[in-house]
This record gives sequence, structure tokens and C-alpha cells, in this order.
Amino acid sequence: MNVIETTGLGKRYGKEWALRDCTLTIPEGRLAALVGPNGSGKSTLMNMAVGLSVPTEGSAAVLGVKPVGSRAALDGIAFVAQDSPVYRNLSVGDMLHLTRNLNRRFDDAAARARIADLGLPLKKKAGKLSGGQQSQLALTLALARRPRLLILDEPLASLDPLARQDFMTTVMTAMTDDGVSVLLSSHALAELERVADYLVVLSRGKLAVAGETDDLLASHRVLTGPAEAADSYAQRLSVIQDKRAGAQAHLLVAASGPADRVEPGWEAHPVGLEELVLAYLRAPGGAPAAAPSPALVSHIQPTEAAR
Amino acid sequence: MSVLTMPAQPGHDTDAVLRPLPWRRMAWVTWRLHRGTLISVLAVLGAAAVFLVIAGLKIHHNYATLIACKPFSSAACQNLNSDFNNTDWTAGNTVAILMNLTPALLGAFVGAPLLARELETGSYRYAWTQGFGRVRPAVARLVLVAATITVLAWAFSQVFDWFFQPFLPQEEMTVLTATVFDTHGIAFAAWTLAGVSIGAFAGMLVRRIIPAMAITLGVYLVLALAAWDLRKYYPVAVVSSSQNINIGPSNRNSSWILGGWFTGPGGKPLSQATADKLVALTYGRYHKAFPHGYTEWTRYIPVSKFWPMQLIEAGWLLLLSAALIAATVWLVRRRAA
Repeated sequence: MNVIETTGLGKRYGKEWALRDCTLTIPEGRLAALVGPNGSGKSTLMNMAVGLSVPTEGSAAVLGVKPVGSRAALDGIAFVAQDSPVYRNLSVGDMLHLTRNLNRRFDDAAARARIADLGLPLKKKAGKLSGGQQSQLALTLALARRPRLLILDEPLASLDPLARQDFMTTVMTAMTDDGVSVLLSSHALAELERVADYLVVLSRGKLAVAGETDDLLASHRVLTGPAEAADSYAQRLSVIQDKRAGAQAHLLVAASGPADRVEPGWEAHPVGLEELVLAYLRAPGGAPAAAPSPALVSHIQPTEAAR
Repeated sequence: MSVLTMPAQPGHDTDAVLRPLPWRRMAWVTWRLHRGTLISVLAVLGAAAVFLVIAGLKIHHNYATLIACKPFSSAACQNLNSDFNNTDWTAGNTVAILMNLTPALLGAFVGAPLLARELETGSYRYAWTQGFGRVRPAVARLVLVAATITVLAWAFSQVFDWFFQPFLPQEEMTVLTATVFDTHGIAFAAWTLAGVSIGAFAGMLVRRIIPAMAITLGVYLVLALAAWDLRKYYPVAVVSSSQNINIGPSNRNSSWILGGWFTGPGGKPLSQATADKLVALTYGRYHKAFPHGYTEWTRYIPVSKFWPMQLIEAGWLLLLSAALIAATVWLVRRRAA
């Protein structure tokens, strides 16, 4: 079961494509991180997944349900939009009632227990809560709907480090306790590195790479060797990033496996997640769409330096 | 906490039960999200109604004193008359103007922000992604708010109707006079419904409160002015050769003259020159004695057609409002963020 499946998904605002040619599959049970700089199409993809936005081309299915945004689809998804929108003039208690009344399924007892744990006064206006408390309230309301898929758009952006940790703890608990799948977007990768087990990288409205974090790490490596031999070597590899430092060259390459033969005079190192993502984001012109299979990555064009 | 809130489901696990969507829940949602607006409207209209009652009692008293004053030509009565015409009529006229603007203002302040606020603050991203989707809650909110405001407006117009009674016998003033017709009977409530519907549609269309309010006021005024003219064409006009059509116990019972013409012997219409001569011949006479065979015809709407006209007007306004609300819901359905 895939929680999200898109085929050739694209969204155009006026003449600008916010997202294009996005073919993507996110399996169930993952904490999938949607990463990319601001304006790379993360919110666009999420809005289409929850039905707030209609695709210009292509199609999307969420939890196997088409069309997205239908009530059948919305029953299983909980979405917390950027800046956790709540009705600012409604009290915490009213937000609970409201969400309860707008959903077929709502675990009132769990939500109240969570609100009590967080120490949020039921009478306090949602608009008067701190940013972290608002996020926690929005998350609590979303989880009380008992979703199968939780979609969080930049939930950590406005939170301080402590609130970020609290927030992620709640998310992780929901995953382990209730088997919720999570799709979470962020422009800062560092805090997701340890928790994300699936990675979707968007760059300039294109899907740069997507796959299981472990697979991605296993299928990429950095080759370090003499710069003068790098150009000819690079032509035979799919180079994501080519860094030269004096006589040394560092090539971040996609390999079919760790057992690939390394040319004499070159050394292979494993790659870090952040390094990998940044390499894809820096790839000129945006990398072509890549499915979870690392094999597709070989279509990536040589970097500028390698040409 | 409201009485409309459903009791909590027993037990922690509600997974097994997917509750249906009761309209009571939608009523609670509507009330909670719009109670500020509804209470404000109730407060403003309530305060205005209290003012109308207090001012109206004085005006009714003055009017009763005035018509009881005999003989009318006496200086004392003439003083009363001019006092009434100056002071009370000025007040009544001001209130009538405000009354004519009220549906437009309700449209701008209640209708326009109804959904535009959601889009402007971004809370639609919460509201439209809940399990019941976006259409049913939007329908509930539009219909319930519009209906409530319409009922409040109807109640208020009943107070105004009473307040304005002493002014109807004034010169040139009948219940069919454009500004009076709009604010009496059921027309006022119907215009309010139309105003709120225009506002809601404009708000959903431009997605910003202030521009939507401006559009609402503009569209309402154009529509209201067009309706003043349109009313002439309601199929209620009567043609008569009687010269007594305008005479009744008071001007409240006088008719709305739409036009007239003359016919000569044999029923042929007269040329303009002949008609002018005929008018000159009888000018200034109360009973116009035309030469044999010549008749003056009048096309007019008798005041007895007040209610049929009200129903026609309320009918098309209701249809218009229903169409606008349907279009608004369609926009909610279609509109992507």
C-alpha cells in the first residue's frame, strides 16, 4: 500500500510551473521527508495531496483514493498546513469541538488528554498561544482524527529547538503507537536526518531524487582521487557533484552498489544524508525525476565541472 | 460549550464508528464561527429598533395631534403641520435613507467576509481539509447565516414599517414609491438576503474582504437602482379612463402613474399637438371635462397591487440569491488554493 502515488503531476500558476513531471511513490509506514529550498514545490505537492489545489496535469492518489480532496480521501488524511492555521479567536476547547464536529472520526478523549499533558488551558484563545503551543494544538487535533496519513507542511519552521523536539516526539509516538504514516516537509534537513526513513528531494519544481533513506545512502558514495584523471573517470559514472580541491577531486556518484569496482588511485567513502541532498539540490538545471530505484539516477547529466 | 455539542463517544476508540454528518453539527460549526457577526448584527439592529420605537412613539403622537387639530387652517394647526414637516419628516427621511442602505451594508459586513475571511487568514487550509470536506460545511454556513440575517432583517423591517406609517400620507409618498416599497413588506428581507448572497459570492470570487465589501456595495446599488425601473414592468399595471384613480382616503392608497395618452373619436390615438391642446383646454380643472369622444387613458399600478408586487420582487430576489449561493458553493468546490 502506497500512501501517496503521483504520475506526471504538475501545477502551473500563470506561466510558472510550481511543480512538474512529478512521478512519485511513498510507501506506507514511513516518515517521509519532503526536502527542498523555499519555492521548490513542496507546499504545492502537499496542497495537491490534500485536495486544496488541483493539478494542472498528471494525477495523484492518496491512500489509494482518487480524486484527492474527496471526502473518502480526507477521512484518512490529517493535514497541518504551514504556520498551523487555527481560528485565532476560538478557544482551545472550541477548536476541539469544531474539529470534532467537522469530522466523522474524532478521538475526543485522546485529544483532551493530550491537551492536558501539554498544559494548554481549554479557555485560552488559540491566537494567544505561543507558536509552539499552536503547532502542538494543530498536531493534537490532526492526530485525534486518527488519520492513516499525517501531512505536515513546514511544521518546524517557526519553532524553537525545544518545541521542535517536543513536536517530533509526538509525531514519532503516533507513528509507533498508531501506525500513522507521515509526510513532513522542511527546508532544513538537519533535524530530519535521524528520523526520516524516506526522502523526497524537490529542486526548482522538479523531483530531484526520492527513495528509502538507507537505499539512497547505500547507492551513493564519494570517490576521491587525482584531479587530472577525474574528467575521464567521471564520464563513465553518473556524477551528482564534482568538487575539485587543488590536485584532488571529490566525485559524488550514484553507484549500483557498494561492490562497484573503484579505479586504482581512487578511494570510495560513504556519503552523509545532508551532503547527498545538497548535491542533488546543487545539480544544475534540476535533476530529472528519479524513482526509488537508484538505477534511474544514472540518467543524471554530468555536472558543469565534469563537462 | 454549547448545548448543540454532541456528547462524547463512550470509550477511547472511535475508529470503529464513522459517524454520519448530522446537520446539528453543522449548525454548531456555523454558530461558533459566525456568532460574533450574528450577535453584532442583532445588537445593531436591536439598538436601531429601540431607537425607532422611542422616536416612533413621539412621531406617532405628533401625527395624531396634527390630524386631530381642527380647524386645519388655524395658525395653531399650521404651526403643528410645519413642525411635523420640518422636524419629524427630516428624521423620518434620514431613517428611510439609512434603511435603504441597510441590506447593502449587511451584505458588505456579513456576506463579504463570510468565506473571504477564511481565505484571507489562511484558515481555509484547516477548514477545507477536515473529514467532512469543504462543501457541506460551506453550504451550512452560507444558508444558515443568510437565513438568520434575513429573518432578523424581516423583524427589523416590521418595526420600521410601523415607524414610517405617519409619513405615508405625505405628498408624493405611497407604499409603491421606490424607496418605500424597498423597505416595507417582505422586500426588505429579500433585499437583505440578496445583499448577503452578493457579498458571499464576491468574497469567494476576489478572496479579499475589503475589495469584496466594495464590490458588494457597488453591485447592490446598481441592482437596487435597476429594480426601481424594473418594477414598472411587473405584470400588475392597469389601464383605465377613470379620473378617480388617485383618490382615496389618503395618499397611502394612491396609485403609481406610469403613463397616459389620449384617444379621439373612434378610439384613435391623438397626435401630440392635439393632445397638447386638450391638456391646455382642461388645465387646472379638477374634473376634466373633455369634448365628446375624447378620452384620457392612464396606465398605472393601483396600490392594491402592493402585495403581488412584493411577491414578484421577493421571488426574483430569492431566485437570484439561491443562484448566487449555489455559485459560491461551486466556487468553494472548484477553487484551488
